[in-house]
Amino acid sequence: MVTLFGIPTQALFGQLLLGLINGSFYALLSLGLAVIFGMLNVINFAHGALYMVGAFAAWLLMQHFGIGYWPALLLAPLLVGLFGVVLEKTMLSRLYKLDHLYGLLLTFGVALILEGAFRHWYGASGQPYPIPDALRGGQNLGFMFLPNYRGWVIVASLITCLGTWYAIERTRLGAYLRAATENPTLVQAFGINVPVMVTLTYGFGVALAGLAGVLAAPIYQVNPLMGSNLIVVVFAVVVIGGMGSILGAIVTGLGLGLLEGLAKVVYPEASNIVVFVVMAIVLLIKPAGLFGRER
Amino acid sequence: MPDTPMLEIADLHAFYGESHILHGVGLEVRQGEVVTLLGRNGAGKTTTMRAVMGIVSKRTGSIRFRGTELVGMAQHRVARLGIGYVPEERGIFSSLSVDENLTLPPVVKPGGMTVAQIHELFPNLVGRGSTQGTRLSGGEQQMLAVARILRTGADLILLDEPTEGLAPVIIEQIGRAIHALKRRGFTILMVEQNFRFAATIADRHYVMEEGHVVDMIPNDQLAANSEKLHTYLGV
Repeated sequence: MVTLFGIPTQALFGQLLLGLINGSFYALLSLGLAVIFGMLNVINFAHGALYMVGAFAAWLLMQHFGIGYWPALLLAPLLVGLFGVVLEKTMLSRLYKLDHLYGLLLTFGVALILEGAFRHWYGASGQPYPIPDALRGGQNLGFMFLPNYRGWVIVASLITCLGTWYAIERTRLGAYLRAATENPTLVQAFGINVPVMVTLTYGFGVALAGLAGVLAAPIYQVNPLMGSNLIVVVFAVVVIGGMGSILGAIVTGLGLGLLEGLAKVVYPEASNIVVFVVMAIVLLIKPAGLFGRER
Repeated sequence: MPDTPMLEIADLHAFYGESHILHGVGLEVRQGEVVTLLGRNGAGKTTTMRAVMGIVSKRTGSIRFRGTELVGMAQHRVARLGIGYVPEERGIFSSLSVDENLTLPPVVKPGGMTVAQIHELFPNLVGRGSTQGTRLSGGEQQMLAVARILRTGADLILLDEPTEGLAPVIIEQIGRAIHALKRRGFTILMVEQNFRFAATIADRHYVMEEGHVVDMIPNDQLAANSEKLHTYLGV
């Protein structure tokens, strides 16, 4: 058996791949959280639940309308985004004048309601979602076997993350967004409808969670609690990357996924806590996060 | 019709939360004029500007711009009518480059200045496009704050203390720019503590005290009123 530092390469790369997949989801989800936090100053606790809703939306579209994976990849995030727009417009927007804690409590409540409702309707056991035909099978890379679908998840998530980064950091719309994050009053005084921008930002942020949910559906089972298992780690990722930092969310998400994978090979007992150990260290040394700016 | 005021404020009251800041402000600015608001700190000059822009949303009375009532209008629509706002704190965005800051405010009307014309007016901004906005010096940030409004086609400009905290040589440069803007036909309402500077530019001065306009002095009568003005401003 080929080994690297005394670890079989098959196991090492296998775990690193798994780590990269998890990292892709961390990145997508923490990206959405970062976008939302930057603009709304709301810690969106419903993010994990909306990721789950994204997965369920894909599953329901298939079950009831025979709509397959590819259209669902677009439709499910749209539905989740629409839900987010309604949520922001009818509830969240009323809380901006109050302490930020209220936004957190509201979204936490929404998460509980969503998860409870889906558990009530569909039970706690998972629903299987098939891998689309085009992405079945895998590639033998020589040093490891790469299932096509997992490769696709990594690519799709990277494209989405980089596309979002580009849109925010390099386009005119992104400039509005960055400016409004800094000084919404002045941006509004320049004639830009900031409340609409805020609503759309929230919709976009949660649509990213919905997209992550669809991507996850064929890998993990579609399960009402799939979001709550993930979101705790994602919040740690956001804290490590720096609240509101776009690039920080992406890099930290992928990096920590890899780190987790590495821990699974090197010292499996630590794999579940390694992210939180890193979080504690980062908070001690650089409280604003690796990529964050002090506010 | 040069006789109808471009901006007409009547009996304007404005509030920050429970505090009543403006107590019936009335003033007018005619097309092509440069008008200043003078007064001590806390007299309500900045609040008057912020009330026009809708940033202070709790207000009663009337603010008419070319006959359109601004009180009660959605905040983002005010700028769209052709009013440009240069805030006291300048409001340069640190997460935006100089170019991004310059092109941020949307064009609201045709007839705005081109970037080339703006660069001619403020040569300091040339070649700084990719610099982070807040890395400019205070004077350059002030120029940028004015410059970005000129692109939009706004023809009434609200300038809140454009010379505050700037070195005399920079103040001179800002003054030249404001003169150039006046020649181009811009109408300007300006808050200014430095009334010596104001006197070199303005057509008329309104003096504010405790949320009221207490006096209006045409610039050519400034010398005759200098004693009164000293009492108002406490200088």
